[in-house]
Amino acid sequence: MSESNDAGLNADGMGSVVRPYILTEGRQRSDAVRLDMVSVVIAARAEVDEMALEPEQVRILELCRRAQSVAEVSAHLDIPVAVVKVLLGDLIGRGYVLARAPYTSESPVNRDVLQAVLDGIQRL
Amino acid sequence: MASNDSDPRASAAEEEHIPAAIKILVAGGFGAGKTTMVGSVSEVAPLRTEEVMTEASLGVDDLSGIEAKGTTTVALDFGRITINDDLVLYMFGTPGQQRFWFMWEELALGALGAVVLADTRRLETCFPAVDFFERRGLPFVVAVNCFEGAHSYSADEVRSALSIPEGIPVVLCDARSRASSKEVLLTLVRSVADRMAATA
Ligand SMILES: Nc1nc2c(ncn2[C@@H]2O[C@H](COP(=O)(O)OP(=O)(O)OP(=O)(O)O)[C@@H](O)[C@H]2O)c(=O)[nH]1
Ligand SMILES: [Mg+2]
Repeated sequence: MSESNDAGLNADGMGSVVRPYILTEGRQRSDAVRLDMVSVVIAARAEVDEMALEPEQVRILELCRRAQSVAEVSAHLDIPVAVVKVLLGDLIGRGYVLARAPYTSESPVNRDVLQAVLDGIQRL
Repeated sequence: MASNDSDPRASAAEEEHIPAAIKILVAGGFGAGKTTMVGSVSEVAPLRTEEVMTEASLGVDDLSGIEAKGTTTVALDFGRITINDDLVLYMFGTPGQQRFWFMWEELALGALGAVVLADTRRLETCFPAVDFFERRGLPFVVAVNCFEGAHSYSADEVRSALSIPEGIPVVLCDARSRASSKEVLLTLVRSVADRMAATA
């Protein structure tokens, strides 16, 4: 295996990402919601007008019945993170998806959270 | 649907019990065992996601110019540990090669800390990662992945070879072993806790 393949360089990968980009064209950017790779999202209990959504967004909603990170949505649906963020941003804007921001340097973990992490790792 | 809630999203989030995420990075040179370590502690087989990046690493939400030249797809491996109903830990194996370090910027943002995997066959390949986390003040530990047949070092030898300051833990590990990788993660989180106590 070549070095570049190992590192995930996808030489012919543009084919697989072009469609989602076309799909997000003209769509409002997710300015309102800053999604991180590990923002956790879940489908809201809302009535969904599937006809008004992209097929990818319908798949996202199905997947998001269970809370998971933006990165997991991207991995499971095989859609690049940047595209998932735009599609999710739109779903959040429409009230179809709820998001929780991760711990960051602005909202850092406290001692209790660290202790929970230690306990959780120890239980593995 | 009128609502006077100051932040409807937050209250809805509570209702739906959305856990918050914490991330830890696993960095190191090419082939140092990053994906192996992520896999040995993750509750799911490592997932792979692709991030499309422009060479200049523009804001990832900004898709304008994405079809321009100099766009590259970088794969990231990551794993998950569910801590409790309210907390999920994600571990990201960061792309090892120098040309992908711009990716670390976004990943490092908000990370709890990092594991730098040192490869006993090529100790110097973890220099850039050490340097990166040091400069950003992100807590990290150096975990020496002991490959058989390679020269074996003591933790102290690695510390002095890489000029790792006191206060940054250096431990030996076997990335294939869950017990060993767990110990590395615990060392990291304890060191984050110590730091927090010291600055409190
Ligand atoms: N003997 C031995 N082999 C290991 C150990 N850790 C990883 N390996 C092997 O080394 C190879 C590389 O490991 P990976 O986990 O893919 O390394 P990586 O850092 O993710 O590699 P890149 O993502 O390509 O940079 C694999 O064949 C592993 O099985 C170890 O502790 N001991
Ligand atoms: Mg890898």
